[in-house]
Amino acid sequence: MEPYLKHDSIAALMDRNNVDTDQIIPKQFLKKVERSGFGIHLFHDWRYNDDGSDNAEFELNKPAFKGAKILVAGDNFGCGSSREHAPWAIADYGFNTIISTSYADIFYNNCFKNGILAIRVSQEQLDKVMAEISADEGVTFTVDLENQQVITPAGNGFTFEIDPFRKGNLLSGLDDIGLTLKHVDKISAYEVQHKQSFPWLWA
Amino acid sequence: MKKTMYEKIWDSHLVVDEAGQAPLIYVDRHLMHEVTSPQAFEGLKLSGRKVRNPHSILATMDHCVPTKNRDLPIADPIAKKQIETMADNCRENGLNLYDMKNPNNGVIHVVVPEHGFVHPGMVVVCGDSHTATHGAFGALAFGIGTSEVEHVMATQTLPQKKSKTMQVVVNGSLSKYASAKDIALAITGKIGTAGGTGYVIEYTGSAIRELSMEGRMTLCNMAIEAGARAGLVAPDEKTFEYLKGREFAPAGQYWDQAVAYWKSLASDEGAEFDTTIVLEGADIAPQVSWGTSPEQVVGVDGVVPSPESFADEGKRKACEGALAYMGLTPNTKITDIPVDLVFIGSCTNGRIEDFRIAAEVAKGTKVAPGVTALAVPGSYHVKKQAEDEGLDKIFIEAGWEWRDPGCSMCLAMNGDELTKGQRSASTSNRNFEGRQGKGGRTHLVSPAMAAAAAAAGHFVDIRNL
Repeated sequence: MEPYLKHDSIAALMDRNNVDTDQIIPKQFLKKVERSGFGIHLFHDWRYNDDGSDNAEFELNKPAFKGAKILVAGDNFGCGSSREHAPWAIADYGFNTIISTSYADIFYNNCFKNGILAIRVSQEQLDKVMAEISADEGVTFTVDLENQQVITPAGNGFTFEIDPFRKGNLLSGLDDIGLTLKHVDKISAYEVQHKQSFPWLWA
Repeated sequence: MKKTMYEKIWDSHLVVDEAGQAPLIYVDRHLMHEVTSPQAFEGLKLSGRKVRNPHSILATMDHCVPTKNRDLPIADPIAKKQIETMADNCRENGLNLYDMKNPNNGVIHVVVPEHGFVHPGMVVVCGDSHTATHGAFGALAFGIGTSEVEHVMATQTLPQKKSKTMQVVVNGSLSKYASAKDIALAITGKIGTAGGTGYVIEYTGSAIRELSMEGRMTLCNMAIEAGARAGLVAPDEKTFEYLKGREFAPAGQYWDQAVAYWKSLASDEGAEFDTTIVLEGADIAPQVSWGTSPEQVVGVDGVVPSPESFADEGKRKACEGALAYMGLTPNTKITDIPVDLVFIGSCTNGRIEDFRIAAEVAKGTKVAPGVTALAVPGSYHVKKQAEDEGLDKIFIEAGWEWRDPGCSMCLAMNGDELTKGQRSASTSNRNFEGRQGKGGRTHLVSPAMAAAAAAAGHFVDIRNL
């Protein structure tokens, strides 16, 4: 995983609530055995017309949002299935940051495993940021994870809370499994005790 | 200190709990299917790691498998590769796989309980959000992403944040023809698809105690539709009776020891939950979803709501969008909505009890003209059991297709799907846009409601049959 660095980027607006993972990456694209190449299928059913051309009505097809790394969306983003193909598609498309009031739990976890910073803000804060993008499509925000801060040109910036463990992993780009395996002795000790307490699970 | 069942399971599975990092919890059972595992195996291989505990894993093929003409090669080359990759990965790592031709094959969350692979008090994971199903046994069971699948294979643990606890009490008894599915939909309607986010739900109350194990599985299965990663039902005599004698259940000298432990798992009297929701069982009518989110539901005796009926702006907008997608007008009676296709199956409602109830309604009827009706058992064992009871004949005589097991139309990855504008009555769990096929319109219902809709060609209040 690449370390997450401070960056300036266009913020794209998706003013919809309950965007589910079936929309983020529809099921017909879940058959691949690789992790890469999902970006072109991101939001497929909304993004493309039946003939495969771009749907001009779809917000992310607006020229002003091309190249955006920040996605600003409504409540309960990423609800539904556990498919990690959703954050793979989001990252492969080019986003590394999502701003919303809330996320589904599994999706939220999956984001951080893939270098995506999912920022939680209050409804009031989200409304302000959304209004700023609506008024100035193509506006660029600065995301500074180290200082847990988002800066916007119109002064709607804010600080955000994030679990220190998740933050550390994003900043360093560290592999979770490697960190866990530092505790392998404790895992082994737990298993010895587990076998004594629940022998039927190991019979 | 008085503890909830969730806290008891959590505490007994903590491996590491140190400041500055997420707690590590131990995983007892790891379930797998072909869609969310290949990238995890690839990652494991690339990093030179091994599966720590192969006997903790049970794998099946369910999402992409055809439900008819299984003897023919899979037509979709990408699906075929995914199926083959699953077989290779399981063989290379020495894992127990019920492949497409195996008599134990079926939908993972139907197969696993059939073999007694999950017990009360366990921590169970799977790269699938409907892992919540196994909470019916009093196991902490939740869906994970593919990176976490790799993590569990390599370490047998997961870094986890402790959840909050929500108690959902369903008092009294359900009315005739209301089912566990209707409880699940009514709860989602009440608290919304984000209502349970950050929580583990424990279902309590007499209406829950009265549910069969199949019913409890249906209920816990849909905990995720209310945003909760896991649902729990305290184990009782029904749980023990269900497990006894199954392949992976404790046997011989261990049975009594296991049952004694399982009995200790229920939430302590007076244990505190972070929040509590109460429903009256008798108030729960058979439910029908009208929109594109499982929270957009109403009783079958109701009408399609109008956007103006929602005070919240977000919900009003969501209603507008959903009605446009669903091709519905406000105030239409639910029983006036026609259906093109009926699907009974999935990890939510693909168990023997579901087919018994549906067959009772379907018996002596004919599928309405222009309607296609699919009965897709959740596993080969369900299929065989149903055939032994003659249920297949009831469906076939009524004009239904009787298929081989798989996820099928729940998420339409295997070729069974709706075409644009087609409308289904479906016993599955999600009515998201395009879930059953691009432009397809899904109404979530119970098996009895689905069977009645197939015969009538529109929704029916089964309480009046």
